[in-house]
Amino acid sequence: MEALLFWSLAVVAVGAGIAVFRVDSMARATYALALSFVAVGLALLLLDLAYLGVVTVLMMVMEMAIMAVFMIMFMMNPAGLMPMSMVHNRRGALALSVGVFLSLAAVALLTPWPERRGTVPEDPTRAVGTGVMETKMLVMIGVGAVLFTTIVAALVLSASRSRYDVRGGRR
Amino acid sequence: MTVDAAPVWAALPVLAALLAVASAGAVLDAALPGGAVGGGARAARPFAETARLLRQRRRTTAVRDGLLWQAGVAGPVVVAALMIAVVPFGGHVVADVPVGVVWFNAMDVCLWAVVWLAGWGPDSPYPLVGGYRYLAQALGYELPLMFALTAPAVAAGSLDVGAVVEAQDGLWFVVWMPVAFVVLLLGVAGFSLWGPFGAPGGDDVAGGVFAEASGVDRLLLLAGRYALLTAGAAMAVALFLGGGAGPWLPGWLWSLLKTLAVLGCLVVLRGRLPGLRPQVVVRLGWVVALPVVLLQVLAVSIVVVAKG
Amino acid sequence: MTPDLFLLLAAALFAVGLYGALSQQSVVMIMMGLELMINGVIVAAASFWYFVAPAQPDGQVLVLVVISAMTVEMAMGFAVVTLLFRAKDADTTDMAAELRR
Repeated sequence: MEALLFWSLAVVAVGAGIAVFRVDSMARATYALALSFVAVGLALLLLDLAYLGVVTVLMMVMEMAIMAVFMIMFMMNPAGLMPMSMVHNRRGALALSVGVFLSLAAVALLTPWPERRGTVPEDPTRAVGTGVMETKMLVMIGVGAVLFTTIVAALVLSASRSRYDVRGGRR
Repeated sequence: MTVDAAPVWAALPVLAALLAVASAGAVLDAALPGGAVGGGARAARPFAETARLLRQRRRTTAVRDGLLWQAGVAGPVVVAALMIAVVPFGGHVVADVPVGVVWFNAMDVCLWAVVWLAGWGPDSPYPLVGGYRYLAQALGYELPLMFALTAPAVAAGSLDVGAVVEAQDGLWFVVWMPVAFVVLLLGVAGFSLWGPFGAPGGDDVAGGVFAEASGVDRLLLLAGRYALLTAGAAMAVALFLGGGAGPWLPGWLWSLLKTLAVLGCLVVLRGRLPGLRPQVVVRLGWVVALPVVLLQVLAVSIVVVAKG
Repeated sequence: MTPDLFLLLAAALFAVGLYGALSQQSVVMIMMGLELMINGVIVAAASFWYFVAPAQPDGQVLVLVVISAMTVEMAMGFAVVTLLFRAKDADTTDMAAELRR
């Protein structure tokens, strides 16, 4: 049962990932990526990671909904009304990514992974929460600072008007 | 009161209850003065409209994106059903997800995608405007909504909705976190395109995301709106109003009655509050609602720490 | 379920994303490729946590860090694209190649 679930989720995740670069419509590409993320989020549920799985779905669907807006804003032919291709060095990219896949797969299959140490805690969500608040607190402090910097930097880069022009050029 | 997982077949009565309560909301909405004028008994109009839409031939547009449109049309009902699955009725819940609160949040984020797709699919200007309006105002209400969901979870020390219900034994959370309760209801109205947040389906854009939908499609979208409102009300009952707690009656009946009451309030308030433009929603959300609800979460956390 | 299967899934997602990031011209599509690569990293980190050391929270914290890295990538990416588009009407990497010189 679990194996069946895993295989179907894996096929959906990779298939939707491939579809991202095959479809013409930007809306379809974005939501294909969202589908891929949803499949991965559900696959995390198989690993007893209820919180992280659901959070992945939450974050990524939100991100893709916003991404769709940017995709349509910055791409020609957003609705895919005519076939189009905007790629360079397709063959090289294909060769390189197939090579990377093969080597990563070889590493995954050939490496003797260590024996499992310990068992899954009673409540993995509580485990990550305690981890973040105790032994790994520095990580979260760092992430918080980075996220705040990101908000400020992204606004500074993308805002077209300054603080002295709150009405956006309208008089 | 403890909350256990219900058997699988329980999904059917819960789904039926969702649709029944949503229909009750639609009937109340139609019966209230100030609705659209039309022939026939006012309260029966939702049923007449359902019958009409079921018979209506589907009208489509020339270069629609059919797949995405269908996803957007079917989405609200599906999302509402997935939301109600984690809400306990009395002592039972269909899906005993250990992170039910986050699940509810993830589902309402899925609405961003769903409603935008319903606007994008038909390849028509007014629905597209509606879809973009929905995204814009979602950016405004989503963060306050998230923190409003956080407050009861912090108080209960668990993301499990059942545990939150159990933690309200004796004192309902609405008593000491009223701000989070109000913000949650506003968020529910927001993701259901309801009342002040109706701009994505507003009359000024000829019905917005609803403009091109006809026949069964339109029925699904309109029903999905009431179903979302119902699911949100049920969640508010579980998180803030003690779930199925109450004297004499069985727990599931109390859950149902409280859900009906909250839904009734939302429906009655719809026409009594001014409509907000999406940019106003964003401003109010970030400048007023977010700080206020953060203070609420802070207060809740202090109480939790003080109690030990 | 074995770690091999999950790592294969991660490798496949990573490779598909790499193909996109290398071959696409539009900046936004490149970001989609990057997201897909990070998607693979999430799967790998989660499966390492589950199959190697579930008792420690390290793997889960790594997933959290990866998710936040993805949000940072997205926010900064869109900010730069917006700036680029506003400044020189460019939305593909080939049109913004003067940094090469």
